[in-house]
Amino acid sequence: MDILANLALGFSVALSPFTLFLAVCGCFLGTIIGALPGLGPSNGVAILIPITFTLGLDATSALVLMTSVYYGAMYGGRISSILLNIPGDEPALMTTLDGYPMAKQGRAGDALVLSGVASFVGALLATVGLMLLAPTLARVAFFFGPAEYFALYLLAFCTLGGMASNNQAKAALAACMGLGIAMIGVDSSSGLPRLTGGNLHLFDGIDFLVAIVGLFAIAEVFFFIESHGKGSSIGVKLDKVRIPWKDIMATKWTMLRASGVGFIAGILPGAGASLGSFLAYMTEKSIAGEKGGFGTGVPKGVAAPEAGNNSAAGGALVPMLTLGVPGSGTTAVLLALLMTLNITPGPTLFTEKADVVWGLIASLLIANVVLLLMNVPMVKIFVKILSVPAWVLLPGVTMISFVGIYSLSGSYFDLLLMVGFGVLGYILRKLDVPTVPVILGILLGGKMEDALRRAMTLSDGDPIYLFSSPIAIGLWVAAIAGFVAPMFLRGVLKKPPAVTD
Amino acid sequence: MTQRFFKALMTSAVLSAGLAGGAYAAECIAPANPGGGWDFTCRQIGKIMYDIGAVDQPVQVTNMPGAGGGLAYNHVVSERADDSDVVIAASSATTTRLAQNAYAGMTADQVRFVGAIGADPGVIAVAADSEYQTLGDLVEAIKADPGSVAFAGGSAVGGFDHLKPLMILKEAGFTDITSVKYIGVDGGADAITQTVGGFTQAMTGDMSEIVSFLANGDIRVIAVLTEERVPGFDDIPTAKEQGFDVVAVNWRGLYVPKDISDAKFDEWAGKLQQVADSDEWAQAMADNGLAPFTKVGGDFQAYVDGLVAEINAMSKELGVLQ
Repeated sequence: MDILANLALGFSVALSPFTLFLAVCGCFLGTIIGALPGLGPSNGVAILIPITFTLGLDATSALVLMTSVYYGAMYGGRISSILLNIPGDEPALMTTLDGYPMAKQGRAGDALVLSGVASFVGALLATVGLMLLAPTLARVAFFFGPAEYFALYLLAFCTLGGMASNNQAKAALAACMGLGIAMIGVDSSSGLPRLTGGNLHLFDGIDFLVAIVGLFAIAEVFFFIESHGKGSSIGVKLDKVRIPWKDIMATKWTMLRASGVGFIAGILPGAGASLGSFLAYMTEKSIAGEKGGFGTGVPKGVAAPEAGNNSAAGGALVPMLTLGVPGSGTTAVLLALLMTLNITPGPTLFTEKADVVWGLIASLLIANVVLLLMNVPMVKIFVKILSVPAWVLLPGVTMISFVGIYSLSGSYFDLLLMVGFGVLGYILRKLDVPTVPVILGILLGGKMEDALRRAMTLSDGDPIYLFSSPIAIGLWVAAIAGFVAPMFLRGVLKKPPAVTD
Repeated sequence: MTQRFFKALMTSAVLSAGLAGGAYAAECIAPANPGGGWDFTCRQIGKIMYDIGAVDQPVQVTNMPGAGGGLAYNHVVSERADDSDVVIAASSATTTRLAQNAYAGMTADQVRFVGAIGADPGVIAVAADSEYQTLGDLVEAIKADPGSVAFAGGSAVGGFDHLKPLMILKEAGFTDITSVKYIGVDGGADAITQTVGGFTQAMTGDMSEIVSFLANGDIRVIAVLTEERVPGFDDIPTAKEQGFDVVAVNWRGLYVPKDISDAKFDEWAGKLQQVADSDEWAQAMADNGLAPFTKVGGDFQAYVDGLVAEINAMSKELGVLQ
C-alpha cells in the first residue's frame, strides 16, 4: 500500500515531541483566535507567520504550527457563534442560526459538544479525502471556468430566500445590500475604483471581517446600551456538560452529507469554507423540510454547518497543494507561507516533496485529534470565559473587536467602518431584517461578479455562454429549483402555517 | 488578554530580530502582508545588506498593506519625505499603478527609484495540447481573428500581465489592442488552470508562477520576455529571437523618499549594488526563480520614467485610464 507507506513517512516526520508540542500550541491558539470575534483564521495565520520566521522553524515544523492554527480556528469559530450569537469567524456564520437558539434553550453544552464532534468528522473526512484523492481531484479545477463559477455562486444566492422563513423579501433586501457593499473597491475587470470617493482605504474593498464584527458584535453592544444591560440576550447559562450521544447518533448522516458537500465546495478554488458551511446547511435544511425546524435550534442545524466548514477547510488544501491555487482566504496565506519556505505548490509537489506533503497530512490528522480532545472535555473552560455577566463580557468583546480589526491593516479607518456597520446592524435588527444575507452578499457577491464579467469577456457578451457546459447547466437547474421549490412545496406539503412568531 | 499576549510576543520578536543594536536602524517598508513579493524583497535585501556589512544594524522590516501599495506610497510621500533611513520595496506593479493613476493622484516623481536587482521574467504559455507552437502562430491567429484567442493572467485588466501580450502585438504591427480578450483571475496558477481547462487559449504571467506546471507537462511556454534566454530554462525561446522585440520583466527593487540628499541617494544605490554583486543574492535569486536584472541609480530612474510613460499611453488606449 503506497498510501500507508507514505503516511508512515508523514508520521515519522511529524510525530516528534517538538512538533507535537507545536501542534498543541497551534490548536490552542487557533481555537482562541477562532473564538474571538474579529480574529478569523486568515488574519490569525497571517499574524503568526512572522513568529515562524523569528523562531527559525524548518518547513515541516512551520507547517505543523500553521495548519493546527488553521484547523483550530475552524473549530473555535463555533464557540462564540453558539454562546454569543456573534460568529467568531466568517465560516461560523451559519452556526449562529441554530446554535444560538439551542443555547438559549439551555442546551449550550450539548450544542458545543455536538458541533465539536461534527467539526471532527468534517475535518477527518476531508483529510482522508485529501490523502486519497488530491492528485485526482486537482483536475476538477480544470472543469470550472467563469460560466461554471457564476452558476455556482448563483446557486448559493438562490437558496438564500429559503433561509429567512418569515420574510423572504427582507432576506433578498439584505442580500442586495451585501452585494452593493461588495462592489466597493477597485474593479478587477477594468482596474477602475468604484464607490470609493477617492479614499485610498476603500481601494481594497471592505474586509468582510469588519462587516461581520460590526453587524454582530458592535450591534449587540448598541442593544445592550439601549436596554441598560437588562434583558440582554447575551450570557447563556450552561449546566453540566454531558456528551449528547443521542444527538450525535441522530445527526450522523447529516454530518456525513455535510462533510461531502463542504469538501466539494472547498476543492473549488475561491469558493472556500463559508460557501461550504452555507451549502451544507441549506442542503440539510431542504432535506429536513419544513418539519425539520431549522433555525429554531435543532441539533442537525448545528452539526451541518460545522461539519461543512471544517471539511471545506480540508478541501481547500487540495487545490492549494496540487495547483498552487488557494481555495480560501486562509489557504492564500498558507500558500504565501509555503512560498517563503521555498516550497512551490503545484502538480509536482506530491512527488517531489513527499516528506513535506505527507508530513502536512499527518500533522492535520494529529491536529484534528488534539482538537477533539481539547474541545470536548475542555469546552467548559471556553464557556466559563464567555459566561461571565454581560456587563463584563460586552466591554471585553468590544475591546477585542477593536484590537482585532485594528490588527487587520493597522488603520483607524477600519474602526470607523466597523462602528458604521454596528449602527447598520442595529437598524436592520430593529427592522427585523436578517443580517446573515448581508454578509453572504459581501463574501460571495464580488466573486460572482468577477465570474460573470470574465464569462462576458470570453464570449463577447453572449449570455448563451453561461449555459455552455453540462456542469453549468446542472448548477443552473439546481439554482432555479432551489429558488422556486420552496414557494410551491410549502403550499403542497402543508397548509399555510399559522403565524406563531 | 490573548490578543495582548500576541502583540507582546510579536513586538518582542520583532524587537529582538530587528532592533537588537539600538537606534538609527534602517527601515524597509513592505507595502503588503508578510509572504508576498514585496515582503520577500525587504527581508532578503535587508538581511543581505546586514550580512555583507553594508549596514551596521539589521534592517527592520515593516509591513504596511493597503490599496495595492498605495497606502505605503502615501505614507512616504506625505509623512517621510525627507527620511533618509527608510527604503520601500517596489516592483513592476508599483510603476504600473502609478502610470494608471491608481494611487489616488500621486505620481512617480514624488519618490526616487533607487534600483532593481532581480526580475521575474514575463512569459506567454499555452496548454500542452495547444495548436499554437510558436509566438508567431499565436500572433498570426490574433491578427486573423482577434476573438479567437483569450488570455488569462494574474493581474487586473490593464495590469502588467495584461500589457505583456499587448506589447508583443503592438510590436507585430497589430494596433487594435482593445479587441484582444483578457481576463484577470486570482494569480498566475489560477490563470494556468483556466488555460489548461480550455477556457482561455493562452496564459500571461511570470516565470516563477509556471515552473511546477512546466515540470508536470501541463503547459508549454512559447516565449519568455527577456533579452536573452533564462539560465536553467535554456530551451524556452525569447520573444526577441522570434522577431518580437519586447522585454517585460517583473523587477524587484526599492524606492526612497524624494527629499533626501543626493549623497544619501547615492549611498543607498551603492548598498544595493553591493547586494546585487553578492553571492548571497545570487543564491536567493536562484531559490526564488528570479533572473539577474541589475539597474541601479540614475540609470534605473530613467528606465522607470520610460516604463511609466509607455504604460500610461497604452492604458489610455485600452480605456482603463481617461
